[in-house]
Amino acid sequence: MGEDILKGLKDRDPRGIARAISLVEENDPLTDRILSSLDDSLVDSALVLGITGPPGAGKSTLTDRIISRYRSQGRRVGVVAIDPTSPISGGAILGDRIRMMGHALDKDVIVRSMATRGRLGGLCAAAGAAVRIFAGSGCSVVIIETVGVGQSEMDIVRLADITVLVLAPGLGDDIQAMKAGLLEVADIVAVNKSDLEGAETLAMDIETIARGSTGDVEHPAKVCMTVASEGKGLDDLLQAIETVEAAHRKSGERRMRRDRAYDLEVLDWAVEMMKPSIIKRIESTDHDRKGDPRLLASKLLEQE
Amino acid sequence: MGKDPAYKDWEDKELASSLDRFPERKDKFTNHGGEEVPRLAVPESIDEEYLDRSGFPGRYPYTRGVQPTMYRGRLWTMRQYAGFSTASESNLRYRYLLEQGTTGLSIAFDLPTQIGYDSDHKMAEGEVGKVGVAIDSLADMEMLFDQIPLDKVSTSMTINSPAAILLAMYVAVAEKQGVAPDKLKGTIQNDILKEYVARGTYIFPPRPSLRLITDIFKWCTDNTPSFNTISISGYHIREAGSTAAQEVAFTLANGITYVQAALDAGLELDNFARRLSFFFNASSDLLEEVAKFRAARRLWARIMKERFKAKKPSSLMLRFHTQTAGYTLTAQQIDNNIVRVALQALSAVLGGTQSLHTNSRDEALSLPTEESVRTALRTQQVIAHESGVANTVDPLGGSYLIEELTDRIEAHANDLIEKIDSAGGVVSAIEDGFIQRQIENSAYEYQQEIERGERIIVGVNEFQTDEQTKPPLLRVDPDVENDQVKRLKELRERRDMKEVERSLKELSECARGSSNLMPAILDAVRTYATLGEICLVLREVFGEYRG
Amino acid sequence: MTDRKKHRVLIGKPGLDGHDRGAKFIARALRDAGFEVVYTGIRRTPEEIAAAAVQEDVSVVGLSSLSGAHLRLFPEVVKALAAAGAGDIPVLGGGVIPDEDIEQLRKEGIREVFTPGTPLERIIAAFRNACEEARGSL
Repeated sequence: MGEDILKGLKDRDPRGIARAISLVEENDPLTDRILSSLDDSLVDSALVLGITGPPGAGKSTLTDRIISRYRSQGRRVGVVAIDPTSPISGGAILGDRIRMMGHALDKDVIVRSMATRGRLGGLCAAAGAAVRIFAGSGCSVVIIETVGVGQSEMDIVRLADITVLVLAPGLGDDIQAMKAGLLEVADIVAVNKSDLEGAETLAMDIETIARGSTGDVEHPAKVCMTVASEGKGLDDLLQAIETVEAAHRKSGERRMRRDRAYDLEVLDWAVEMMKPSIIKRIESTDHDRKGDPRLLASKLLEQE
Repeated sequence: MGKDPAYKDWEDKELASSLDRFPERKDKFTNHGGEEVPRLAVPESIDEEYLDRSGFPGRYPYTRGVQPTMYRGRLWTMRQYAGFSTASESNLRYRYLLEQGTTGLSIAFDLPTQIGYDSDHKMAEGEVGKVGVAIDSLADMEMLFDQIPLDKVSTSMTINSPAAILLAMYVAVAEKQGVAPDKLKGTIQNDILKEYVARGTYIFPPRPSLRLITDIFKWCTDNTPSFNTISISGYHIREAGSTAAQEVAFTLANGITYVQAALDAGLELDNFARRLSFFFNASSDLLEEVAKFRAARRLWARIMKERFKAKKPSSLMLRFHTQTAGYTLTAQQIDNNIVRVALQALSAVLGGTQSLHTNSRDEALSLPTEESVRTALRTQQVIAHESGVANTVDPLGGSYLIEELTDRIEAHANDLIEKIDSAGGVVSAIEDGFIQRQIENSAYEYQQEIERGERIIVGVNEFQTDEQTKPPLLRVDPDVENDQVKRLKELRERRDMKEVERSLKELSECARGSSNLMPAILDAVRTYATLGEICLVLREVFGEYRG
Repeated sequence: MTDRKKHRVLIGKPGLDGHDRGAKFIARALRDAGFEVVYTGIRRTPEEIAAAAVQEDVSVVGLSSLSGAHLRLFPEVVKALAAAGAGDIPVLGGGVIPDEDIEQLRKEGIREVFTPGTPLERIIAAFRNACEEARGSL
């Protein structure tokens, strides 16, 4: 079975790609061979696009339209769509692909839904590996779509070369509060549903906040007005992505982000790899659960 | 019963005028002992609070009914919706029904027609003629109404996203019969908003869909003034799993959206408001359902008066059709369904419905047999003629429980409507998934109660029996699809293709602009452009909605 | 600690029927039983459902249909899966399905068929068994 998957992956066969992602996500013994079989130059040259924003802003619909645009340029597109895991049951409903089903029969669009699985770490490792597998399988664009709430989702965005934040008018006060934090990670803000009342005001607010919060007056996030459901504003958005990408390549920003993402993945993998042995040590140590838990932790690590 | 001045006022005005125009069915309504039963029972003393909450039937806020005499004047319409797979078969059935004295036809369409696909489209495979009649072009519509004088019948069409096209075909058939559009009577469901949250037969995104609807409103006001242009439906919202209060809230919120869209399109409120009709579900909790219908009536009257400042009484009245709840029917011990349907139908009558469809006992399994359909109709007749509930207006009005439940449902529904308002209205609440989530949560909770045994469904999770006998099942003949596809192919060969292309091109231009779509659709229909071709043009301009 | 081996399943609605109350209930019940559930939404072709099942690497595909088109649509999903090189993914079906159709569906490769009133535990157990078998065969 393992050889089949490696061969499928090499042949860029959808099933092989999908199986490989599952195995890596489960940290299967085959993970090393899967990841080391990828063509690094493809991984390096792909555009990794993060799309984030609050629920209801229209991320999936916008992603669907962006896919269409890149497909019309003949590029193969991979999508990693991240949905939250229920903290109670550990299960998840992965529904992002509903809005992208129009591409289901296109062999050059591969969508993979991934649950956060409530892991402390590991999500960056898993999502990062999926990005690498897609890119290594010929996807010159890889989109990571994630709802912009929670730390693990924010970390995911750091895997992207460019991040598009999707907002829409009329989403309520809690969103307003979140905006400042989300804006820090955004290179481009898409004000979606821009045909609705309040879109202009929202766009102006964003420009004000973007300048104020980062102090980066020279490179405030570019604002694009879109109506994803009707395909409006996509030309502008794609143009903005292209412009930012070119600028980042030139300035070295892209390299810097890739390096940072690389380190993040290494850290995440390291923690994932250490976890089983630490758990084993905790379980095999004779301790009475009294005193400072931190002290026991540092003692266990010293045994290294 | 003392003659309170308010009561006297109602008697002299609404009641007198109603009796004048529509005498009651009998001179005397009596019980088994020959004693006369009251037309309307009211409290000893009538105070402001009573007038505000309940009032009198046929008077604001219409809690107790929209007519002063209700079923003493005329019984509700017993309308049984039915789908037959082909136009010619349906035509035979309609003509039979008309010979039997029916004046109202009710048409169900198959899923491809409802979603704007021709019968030879790939997505239509296996679905042609399954849940109703397949209509591809004017030719099918001509066959459907062959020898049926359209100025003499009233036709109800369960059609939403392509409602404009089916209406145009109906008008075109009438033209060929020499019947002017203003002579046409009937209803189109035309309620797209509930499709996004509950029923699923949407085609275009919400905003262009609303344009189609207001274009129909406008065109019909000028051309077919006796046609009801929308049936705002809570039925499917309830079927999707909502609570009673959610059913009222989301239905009325949709109603608000249509009224607002029509006002924005420049229509005069009191001109079109009386053409709005509603459609509710009658589910199993009998008393809650009675309260629901009363609450819906009162809340809509308040909305029309306070929010929209409607002036004419007819604009304030919520008139509705009811169907018993399909989702409560069980595949186990199917005769139990007859009892469920009877109780549900009773709630609709006690709640003051204008028309009623009763489901058949075998509908949880397949299309109903003729015998089951008859029993369903007999159920209504028993309620009408034997139960005595039709002899008094709003017989449960004044019950402490019913009044409290009515207040509660109204308050709960009003809260939800306010939430939707503050989320930017129904369309935003649909796009954001708010309404869908509310319905899903209620559906999930309800089903979990059944799974945990907290809610007993007789014959399903309690009182089960080993069943041996299986009821006879009706199946649609698989040849229906082949025949329909063949007829469509022949049509495509014999029509004037240049004319078809011209009309579709003009339709496309019209859709890109902002003028009324109805004339362009009517023009395309007359050239025998198919439903699928017309929808394709609109799909290209408007885009398609994806769940 | 974190269990990374999760059961992944797909719930799909082939055909034109838009009544998704049952499909959504099952999706949610499976989530609450710890599954990762990919939901495709309504009105999908058998080919679309198969493609999604492959890309999402699910262990089981569950189908729901209420329009009476199950005899045609369910077997087509089985065929589409095979054509996509995923004939090993078992297919379960549910909906308003007369008894005499169930035998036919089984013959055409539908592993199990659930009709209204089937206890939820039985349905979840069927999904779990199918997932565990798929994992065992690796």
